[in-house]
Amino acid sequence: MAVTGIILVLFLIAHMLGNLKIFTGETSFDHYAHWLRDIGTPLLPTTWFLWIQRTVLTVAVLGHIGAATLLAMRSRAARPVRYAHRRKIHVNYAARTMRWGGVIILLFVIYHILDLTTGHLNPKGDPANPYGNVVADFAPERWYVTLFYTLALVTLGFHLRHGAFSAFRSLGQQTPKGERRARIAALVFAVALVGGYLLVPFAVITGLVS
Amino acid sequence: MNLTLRIWRQHGPEDKGRMVTYPVQDVSPDMSFLEMLDVLNERLILDGEEPVAFDHDCREGICGMCSLMINGEAHGPQRGTTACQLHMRQFSDGDTIDIEPWRARAFPVVKDLVVNRNAFDQIIAAGGYVTAPTGSAPEAHSVPVPKADADAAFESAACIGCGACVAACPNGSGMLFTAAKITQLSLLPQGQPERYTRVIGMVDAHDEAGFGGCTNIGECAAACPKGIPLNTIGRLNRDYLKATAKRAGS
Amino acid sequence: MDLYREGDPIADTRAPDGPIETRWERHRFEMKLVNPANRRKMTVIVVGTGLAGGSAAATLAEQGYQVRSYCYQDSPRRAHSIAAQGGINAAKNYRNDGDSVHRLFYDTVKGGDFRSRESNVHRLAEVSVNIIDQCVAQGVPFAREYGGLLDTRSFGGAQVQRTFYARGQTGQQLLLGAYQALERQIGLGNVEMNARHEMLELVIVDGRARGIVVRDMVTGEISTEMADAVVLATGGYGNVFYLSTNAKGCNVTASWRAHRKGAYFANPCYTQIHPTCIPVSGDHQSKLTLMSESLRNDGRVWVPKAKGDQRSPREIPEDERDYYLERIYPSFGNLVPRDIASRAAKNVCDSGRGVGPTGLGVYLDFADAINRLGRKAIEAKYGNLFEMYERITGEDPYEVPMRIYPAVHYTMGGLWVDYDLQSSIPGLFVIGEANFSDHGANRLGASALMQGLADGYFVLPNTLANYLASSGPLDKVDASHPEAVAARTDVEDRIKRLLAINGDRTVDSFHRELGQIMWEHCGMERSEAGLRKAIDEIRALREQFWQRVRVPGDGEGLNQSLEKAGRVADFFELAELMCIDALHREESCGGHFRAEHQTPDGEAQRDDDRFAYVAAWEYTGTGEPVLHKEDLTFEYVHPTQRSYK
Repeated sequence: MAVTGIILVLFLIAHMLGNLKIFTGETSFDHYAHWLRDIGTPLLPTTWFLWIQRTVLTVAVLGHIGAATLLAMRSRAARPVRYAHRRKIHVNYAARTMRWGGVIILLFVIYHILDLTTGHLNPKGDPANPYGNVVADFAPERWYVTLFYTLALVTLGFHLRHGAFSAFRSLGQQTPKGERRARIAALVFAVALVGGYLLVPFAVITGLVS
Repeated sequence: MNLTLRIWRQHGPEDKGRMVTYPVQDVSPDMSFLEMLDVLNERLILDGEEPVAFDHDCREGICGMCSLMINGEAHGPQRGTTACQLHMRQFSDGDTIDIEPWRARAFPVVKDLVVNRNAFDQIIAAGGYVTAPTGSAPEAHSVPVPKADADAAFESAACIGCGACVAACPNGSGMLFTAAKITQLSLLPQGQPERYTRVIGMVDAHDEAGFGGCTNIGECAAACPKGIPLNTIGRLNRDYLKATAKRAGS
Repeated sequence: MDLYREGDPIADTRAPDGPIETRWERHRFEMKLVNPANRRKMTVIVVGTGLAGGSAAATLAEQGYQVRSYCYQDSPRRAHSIAAQGGINAAKNYRNDGDSVHRLFYDTVKGGDFRSRESNVHRLAEVSVNIIDQCVAQGVPFAREYGGLLDTRSFGGAQVQRTFYARGQTGQQLLLGAYQALERQIGLGNVEMNARHEMLELVIVDGRARGIVVRDMVTGEISTEMADAVVLATGGYGNVFYLSTNAKGCNVTASWRAHRKGAYFANPCYTQIHPTCIPVSGDHQSKLTLMSESLRNDGRVWVPKAKGDQRSPREIPEDERDYYLERIYPSFGNLVPRDIASRAAKNVCDSGRGVGPTGLGVYLDFADAINRLGRKAIEAKYGNLFEMYERITGEDPYEVPMRIYPAVHYTMGGLWVDYDLQSSIPGLFVIGEANFSDHGANRLGASALMQGLADGYFVLPNTLANYLASSGPLDKVDASHPEAVAARTDVEDRIKRLLAINGDRTVDSFHRELGQIMWEHCGMERSEAGLRKAIDEIRALREQFWQRVRVPGDGEGLNQSLEKAGRVADFFELAELMCIDALHREESCGGHFRAEHQTPDGEAQRDDDRFAYVAAWEYTGTGEPVLHKEDLTFEYVHPTQRSYK
């Protein structure tokens, strides 16, 4: 769980930093997007690295889901008879929504790929001009897309917050002081990442990027 | 005050079980929760019904025998309090109170609200001790223990083995119980020689008993009547990782 | 008298002589040993898993015996030793404050009001130091000083700081140490653990204890388990009073069944009333909660000087308060022994100056200590006790003085045993609170844990080996032996009989009523008239019980009413013996205070000429027990009138 999670988190960081290149202008952003396909050349043929990366990510996602499913099945098996009175929730919401949050994020990722990678669900869908696709996607009249992105990213934020804290714990964080630090670090990380992602759609919807 | 109780009734391990409603009248706020159940049972006996079976013994919050899920909370609404020390002043006239047994595959129901927690003993038997046969001990002062370590060890040693952590955990995990003993013994010099075999043995026994896995949610620590902190699980994880690495290396 | 007969005197024939410091050492050398290869072939039954039973079972298994352990709780970790709060005494003299084995011995004999055996007590003081070593090695997290060494405190009337502790949960930590040692042996396959099993009969073959009849409390199955020796570590009988600080399940059944089979019951009237318990709040009360005696180290006990003073305690000015313990006992003050503190509380309440809604309570006030040491220091020392008090009463003891009242806490009496902890039935050993041996007429604070672990870790494993080695190979007997079958049939018949009554009163209603009779007449103060009345009332109530009790359900499966019914039936018989013992002992000593025998200023008046003996009672089945006297001699600690003034 922690290993696959860390791979995905590293990808999320890189992806977010790349997204922010949108503020450097259309040419620069499109150039970046095309460069992604050329990483590794001339050692590797064009897009090979991209496919390697996609494979690793797919394996990580499947691994992550697989591990989560195993844990969930184990939990289910560990409590064959449910409580008649719903258990009261005492701890943070993030920890309690990992599973459903994960499913929502998965659905979002599928939509996101169809939208901005393959372009099938994008109003413009021009593979040569990712910048234009993004601008068209988050146009003010398509506010519901932005809303959906926002909700999905907030869900991701919750997922990351508990995921990051939990990774610290799984790797042996053990003192009360360390726990406070780990909780703060996880929160800051989750907020920074989600904030970084949200900058793009909000820049488009407010006209900052057009 | 007058209350409505909805209590899980189950004749035996094979019975399917069901919630049954019982009104109780004239409950004093000075009664403990278990005394309120005593009053109900006295009435049930005189009415020719079977009284509700529930585990209890010391009734002062230390033996860990009582084990009631009260309105979806292990040991009820008062933090840091076992069901036997919960008093009726925590409730109001007219309340409906749901009372269920701990729910976990590793804690099968024996009857009504009574469950079998033998799995916890098995976890301890798998390593939750220091091997120190009687008579072999050196003079007590030969090994000083820093006060901070002794205090922290005590904090974990305060576990009463009631199983509230398992009952409250969405995963049905017994990791807090396991981690409490591991933390106590791994903080003390006496616990060092068996530190890594202990953690492997206890975690394996925990998993074999059918408890769920820990996902660091923290409901266990919130439900724990003795305030065993969640970070004990971090210590368990660290010892477990080191132990696994040592085992792989050897 | 008509209530009992006097039989032949008895003596502790196993007691060694010679200089007291060398007795245990020499006795240990003189005892026989069992060859390690033969230990595997020997089975020992240990009933009870508290400090005594748990430590004994673990130690015997470590030595190589096959051990079968039984407890009524769902896990051996829950035995009531776990509730002991204050600490454990040991003559380590880490404080350099004048403590020694001899002083612990002296204090214990004197504290027991000269009704215990010197040899036993000296042995207890000797092994006390080994207990601490053993527990530390097991990882028991005792309180420590900043330098990393063990902290100690003074406790319950001792003038040296010899009490080791683990916050207010010493019993829990010591028990978990023994429990973990026991679990280790269970894991290794050396101990067969039988939780949720209740011993209901002892099996005697050819005059030797060879087995027990147990009921599996989950399935209801009755089975007979045979062994080479039987060890009872089944605790005290304080629940005969219904309200006590004992756990609800604590009972006398195992001891009583052994008594009915021939084991003498010694000094049943010696009961300890603990001075610092939370007062009764109403009729629903099911048990009493002890507040550790260590609270008396910093709390001051007082009542208003005026009768019926209804003001809140904080409104009562200093000069209208009576700090009666400090006034009557200036040199010991609030730290007088338990029996004295309890009776003093009763006296002030009887004089109409008790506090709280029932008038049965006195204040234990921490205001001075909080002013002197600061709230933080008090919190560190007593935080968990203060929280417990607040949970139960809804009052904050940092702001309002605690209200306390005495409650039954410990029973010094128990099955009679010799120096080897063997009862009057060969092969039946009795350890811990279940025996009568070391505390005399009054137990000092922090000595129960010491005795339980001394018996279990260090004494019994030696003396039991001597028995097994001396008795030679015993005939193999199994559950089909006529004696075993008879014992089992008795148990089954008794259960059938209880279930068949189907009357109109619950078990608890009888138990509660029995408790009231005992508390009234055989509690803190006893008198001839009261005891005679009590005996009549107990007999009448017992008759009612067997006609009118209603035990619902059947013998199959878990039936908590049935369990209670069997225990209460035995409490009725014990209660009568307690009253007879209290009636025959025409003196006041320790926990036994006879109204007729007090000094002009109201202190206990011993009668060493007539009563310096152990009263060992033999069961006859006729309702007329036979008294055997074991004379006590004092060579080292000469009886004096205890004075704590």
